[in-house]
Amino acid sequence: MDTFSKRKLIIAGIMLGVGVIFILRLFSIQITNKTYKQFATRNVLRFITIYPARGLIYDRKGELMVYNKAAYDLMMIPREVKTFDTTELCNIVQLDRVELREAIKKAKQYSRYKPSIVVGQISPDIYAPLQEKLYKYPGFYVQSRTLREYPSKSAAQVLGYVGEVNQRIIDNDPYYLSGDYIGVSGLEKAYEKELRGIKGITKSMVDVHNRVKGKYNEGKEDSTAILGQNLMTGMDASLQAYAELLMTNKRGAVVAIEPSTGEIIMMVSAPSYDPNLLVGRQRSTNYSILDRDSIAKPMWNRAVNALYPPGSTFKLANALIALEEHAITPFDRFSCSGKGSKPISCTHSHVSPLAIREGIRESCNSFFWNAFREIMSHKSNSAESYQVWRDYITSFGFGTKLNPELSSENKGSIPEVSLYDKWYTPGHWNAMTIRSLAIGQGEIEATPLQMVNLCAMIANRGYYITPHIVSAVQDANREVHKLEYEKKMVNISPEHFNTVIEGMEAVISETRLQYTVKEDNFIVCGKTGTVQNPHGADHSAFVGFAPKDNPRIAIVVFVENAGFGATYAAPIGGLLMEKYLNDSISPKHKELEQKLIETDLLNVVEVKKKL
Amino acid sequence: MEKKNNVWENVDWITIGIYLAMMLIGWINIYAAVYNEDHKSIFDTTQQYGKQLMWIGAAIFIAVLMINTDSKFFVTFAFPIYIAIIFLLILVPFIGTTINGAKSWIQIGGFLLQPSEFMKMATSLALARYISSYNFKMHSWKSLLTMAGILFVPVGLIFLQNDTGSAIVFGVFLLVLYREGLNGIVLFFTFLIALVFILTMVLDPLPTIIILTVAAFLINYLLKKKLQRTLIGIGVFTGIFGSLWLLNLVLGGSVSSVFFILIAAVITSGLFFTWAILLHKRSLAILIGIYLGSVLFSVSVDYVFHNIMEEHQRNRINELLGIQTDIHGTGYHVNQSKIAIGSGGFFGKGFLQGTQTKFDFVPEQSTDFIFCTVGEEWGFIGSVTVIGLFLGLLMRLIFLAERNRSKFSRVYGYCVASILFFHFAINIGMTIGLAPVIGIPLPFFSYGGSSLWSFTLLLFVFIRLDASRFEQLSF
Repeated sequence: MDTFSKRKLIIAGIMLGVGVIFILRLFSIQITNKTYKQFATRNVLRFITIYPARGLIYDRKGELMVYNKAAYDLMMIPREVKTFDTTELCNIVQLDRVELREAIKKAKQYSRYKPSIVVGQISPDIYAPLQEKLYKYPGFYVQSRTLREYPSKSAAQVLGYVGEVNQRIIDNDPYYLSGDYIGVSGLEKAYEKELRGIKGITKSMVDVHNRVKGKYNEGKEDSTAILGQNLMTGMDASLQAYAELLMTNKRGAVVAIEPSTGEIIMMVSAPSYDPNLLVGRQRSTNYSILDRDSIAKPMWNRAVNALYPPGSTFKLANALIALEEHAITPFDRFSCSGKGSKPISCTHSHVSPLAIREGIRESCNSFFWNAFREIMSHKSNSAESYQVWRDYITSFGFGTKLNPELSSENKGSIPEVSLYDKWYTPGHWNAMTIRSLAIGQGEIEATPLQMVNLCAMIANRGYYITPHIVSAVQDANREVHKLEYEKKMVNISPEHFNTVIEGMEAVISETRLQYTVKEDNFIVCGKTGTVQNPHGADHSAFVGFAPKDNPRIAIVVFVENAGFGATYAAPIGGLLMEKYLNDSISPKHKELEQKLIETDLLNVVEVKKKL
Repeated sequence: MEKKNNVWENVDWITIGIYLAMMLIGWINIYAAVYNEDHKSIFDTTQQYGKQLMWIGAAIFIAVLMINTDSKFFVTFAFPIYIAIIFLLILVPFIGTTINGAKSWIQIGGFLLQPSEFMKMATSLALARYISSYNFKMHSWKSLLTMAGILFVPVGLIFLQNDTGSAIVFGVFLLVLYREGLNGIVLFFTFLIALVFILTMVLDPLPTIIILTVAAFLINYLLKKKLQRTLIGIGVFTGIFGSLWLLNLVLGGSVSSVFFILIAAVITSGLFFTWAILLHKRSLAILIGIYLGSVLFSVSVDYVFHNIMEEHQRNRINELLGIQTDIHGTGYHVNQSKIAIGSGGFFGKGFLQGTQTKFDFVPEQSTDFIFCTVGEEWGFIGSVTVIGLFLGLLMRLIFLAERNRSKFSRVYGYCVASILFFHFAINIGMTIGLAPVIGIPLPFFSYGGSSLWSFTLLLFVFIRLDASRFEQLSF
């Protein structure tokens, strides 16, 4: 029936024939021919990340505050590593054998396929001999990195620091891979996206002798790194360093703003540290030392994080509100009986009765109690009057975060009506109950930045610009992009500012500050504060600006547990304004300068504690 | 119940065993090919290997379903199934999803199905049904035309979807027709034409003509076993060729080399041909005729390709032969694939130790080039095992097909064997540089649900038919 049955043999023969040809071919390429094995060893792909140089940070004069120096990471891909001479490698990279073994173990645990850093941040002088010997260590290669360098060794808390990314960051942002760096605090954190640039990648073929044999796929899959963007700040690096010098062995904060632009000229938090400590191989050791120092808290930026009662400096705000609300006129006088005054005693005896200019000059508690009482009785009830007052205060920037860059900024607090209603029940509190607010004590908490912002607003006679550090960004093409910041008007008439500023001028020129703060070639306006606090001796505070007309600098100085505002804070503020505006300190202030630098308030506190 | 038990007793467990072994080995190699450190579990369904396990589960379900289907169903519904899938193919350009430039997928829920994959089974059923009809005569015009229709309708539709690889597979049905009585010359010429075409495209006409010339003399010698005459022939050929070449030089070599070789070959073989006719050497005349035809075909293919075809048509052919898709120039992918397999050596580098298939050196590591992973990690031993499994399966299928008294089952069995053979030959052939790079999967190994299921369907319909070999499949 089936005449073609034999054809099954031919069909089966064709199939078997193909199979036999395949087997012969495989025998040839897998066993006889060795060239494919050699090709394969040349075919090892290596992905090398190209880290762009992180953006630089400049001060207002174009001086570098942060730049980069070269460093190298020794990388390892465990599965490619062959047995090697550990002793020799240890000698080259100057590492202990135990440490190296530990690092290799860790790398193996992380991944056998992916590269890990075995020795991080190798300096260029170790890199050179390492590069020469690298052929002996298959599976190892060097990746170039940059490390931060801070030439002026100052502004540590503002600039912040860079650290390795942790697992949480890696999981949340696909940009970061293990071993990458990221800005952890300060400007490094705030401008991470601008500063970091964009990583590039090269895929290279590497042979069995660890030599790069060329680019994979002709480099078509490579991407070039894009340089990080530079930051142009309003900081004055030399003034910053000088302020840090003046604040040596003191605890507190100094912030200065250029009123017309809102640019932060300096921001000091004392005690501080050398930012170079948090760079390189010693970073983690130094970090834990700094982090564990719970007394000095050097990593803490007091300028934006510490909350102080503003004390007498706050009287300026109350004066403005009283005038604007017509609670008082510039000519209304109130009497004072010095330390015997009720309900708030005054610190010292002075002429009485006095109007607002002298009230500010003498920082008369009685005057400001009376002014505050007038504000509080202006509306039909206390709560309503308080709300009006509070609205003014918050419009001055209190109780809110001012700076958009420093994410850790504390917003401070100005109590809400509801708080007093809760404490005293609604209708059962009045000016008398909350009288401490008249002199900047009590429930008010403000940061030094908020206080200097108040001063800048007064200097501007009615507005402030969001205080900021970075004024412009320079991209990888060297083009500068100016950053816009909001101008905030306050609802106070210009003439009231002049009244208050007259008072501030009198503070400098008519009290004993004329010997320490008053300048010959420009008029300084200011206000001291001696801030009571529950934690110990009074804080010495000062806000001021200069020159009186077209002010170029507004400043706040806060020295913790230093006593009278006029003793430490005001002279420090004076010297800084003088240095900024005159570029030098006049001989008559040299002695004062020396005394202030040498003053050691920290260790005095220590002694007291020991007793 | 008793009848159902009979089915499971009669199924061919050897075939099923080979089938399961192939899927298991394929799965392990997919795991190695696309191994992801972050997803180490082979059961991780976010990865290809985890998914493949799900596809395997579904494939086994399909297999059981087929075995539990009445074998008469396939006979009765051979044409309806064929028409239904043709209909699906027609629908694809309208409702299909485009993947890798080929609009040949239909998305059903979360699954992507490729109707062209299932077309192979449907065409096999239709062909078996037609050939086994009792008024069928292989060489009648009506039968030839009907069979051509059954084959070319799907081929045309699949071509239109840019899925040339799948369309070419249908050529293998010639083997089935050959078994059922188609003149062997058809098979021979088809093979010759395909060979000359591929050689011309890949190597250019010049080397092709040289290969053909050498082959002609070799065949002449093998047929006649007359070394002296063959050598004289070669001498005469070289002499005439040489003088023409000298003439060409004297004339200043103005004619292009291909043209010159062609003229030389035509003149020389023309002389031989006349001589053979005069001396009534029939077989020699046929050999020379075939040789001359091949040479002319090669040159005209080259001419048509370079001078008549449009750019996009050229690209299409280049793509099909794996020339153009190769960004590094001809043979890069094949070379990388050979490096991967070659570096495996005798015992292989070991499970998960492959370096060439891990990175991007080898394309489509888990689908079309899955054999690279076998070759690299399991070496010569592993490669031969896989080839052995395929040959074993093919031989077993031929054996099963032949033992069936029903012509329908036999034809269908040959269809299954031929399709699997074609995939096996082209897929493994391309990874070791013996076949053009046509993107078709390795049955039961390559990653992907659609292809696994269609091959399972194809195979198990036959296993079911074979299990009923003692019944009379009448229609």
